[in-house]
Amino acid sequence: MLGYLPYLLEGALVSLAIAAASAIVAVAVAFLAAFARLSSSRWLRASAACYVEFFRGTSLLVQLFWLFFVLPQFGVLLNAYVVAVLALGLNIGAYGSEVVRGAIVSTAQGQLDAAKALNMSPRLAMRRIVLPQAFVTMLLPWGNLLIILLKSTALVSLITIQDLTFRIYNLNIQTFKTLQLYTLSLVIYFCMAQMISLSVSALYSRVTRFSRK
Amino acid sequence: MESVFDLHFAWKILPLLAQGAIVTVQVTVVGFGIALVVGLPLALARRSHLKSLCWPARMLIEFIRSTPLLIQVYFVFFVGPQFGVVLSPLTAGLAVLGLYYGCFIAEVYRAGLDAVPRGQWEAVRALNIGLTRAYRAIILPQAIPPMIPALGNFLIDMFKATPILSVITVLEMMTRAKMIGSESFRYVEPITMVGLFFLAFTLISSSLVRRLERTTKIGGRKRRDELLAPVTGV
Repeated sequence: MLGYLPYLLEGALVSLAIAAASAIVAVAVAFLAAFARLSSSRWLRASAACYVEFFRGTSLLVQLFWLFFVLPQFGVLLNAYVVAVLALGLNIGAYGSEVVRGAIVSTAQGQLDAAKALNMSPRLAMRRIVLPQAFVTMLLPWGNLLIILLKSTALVSLITIQDLTFRIYNLNIQTFKTLQLYTLSLVIYFCMAQMISLSVSALYSRVTRFSRK
Repeated sequence: MESVFDLHFAWKILPLLAQGAIVTVQVTVVGFGIALVVGLPLALARRSHLKSLCWPARMLIEFIRSTPLLIQVYFVFFVGPQFGVVLSPLTAGLAVLGLYYGCFIAEVYRAGLDAVPRGQWEAVRALNIGLTRAYRAIILPQAIPPMIPALGNFLIDMFKATPILSVITVLEMMTRAKMIGSESFRYVEPITMVGLFFLAFTLISSSLVRRLERTTKIGGRKRRDELLAPVTGV
């Protein structure tokens, strides 16, 4: 069993790398979509709403397969890793945009009034007043989304990427040590998720250290 | 050169996919029923003052919630037979979905029960009302309505998770779409149709949930709940 550990840990690194790359895409897309939904242009609002509803309304697995199997038939051939990062990023980004929007909208009205009274431009108020406070509000929900993202990376094994799930599946076929292998994989995923959860809550208690009672 | 989306072919595979859609809906309904039942003892154990009940429930919930559904599906389907538990793909899939979502639902139950004001319990005690009657007549009628939208969201989430069962050959829509794809080498129609089916179903059901939310929610709490809208992931 121990002999397989390096092979499996390498797979875990692949999973983590895909999760990290998708997280970057997800955060970027989430902010873009959230600002679009809050903008005054009706077209921007409508297209962002379509994006969010579309990606939240269909299964991640369907999205992955669609990008992987269907896009090539339209002549767009993407590398499996690109498909994985794109699908995961866009999917989590759709959920994330609601988190970002909720956090921005929930900023206290008094704060906005104060910014206006101090003659701040809307842009400056957003950057200096709203976003720093929204950041704290959205931190824990984003932590949850990151754990979901990490769990979802298991699906990329189904589009030929050799992540932890893929390697476990293959080793199982070769060795039949089913119980040990699958228990080990559950434990590895659990530890990775705990890592994310602990670092997010550490970050949270750091950023709220002055505002706690 | 035929067109990219062949309507004739789409029409031809529609009955096959529709059969898959029925299985998908059945799996969702039965799986959700199991999850509702499984969640209850977990929530009660989690709320218990006995450490020997509370801790195992807490660990189980935490573990199941933070590991991928896909691996859990493989685990039950592949490891079971080694211990003489040979489950059909459908049974294994239902068991895993039920347990996975049961753990999320346990937290909904817990939050709902915790949200009943303490004063209600004190009133129950002051009026010398028995435990069963207290739950039935006083606590549950207050605890259940706020849970309903959250449960509705989990139902939709579970519906979207069912394609995962295609890895253990449950004959739901995704499995059939892949079978059609590998036989005909045409993936555009089946996978797009599966996607559209999910989209239509989810849009309709989430607007229903939103309507429920509006009727069951007391104004001020909405914004916070939106932030913590349940997402389970797979």
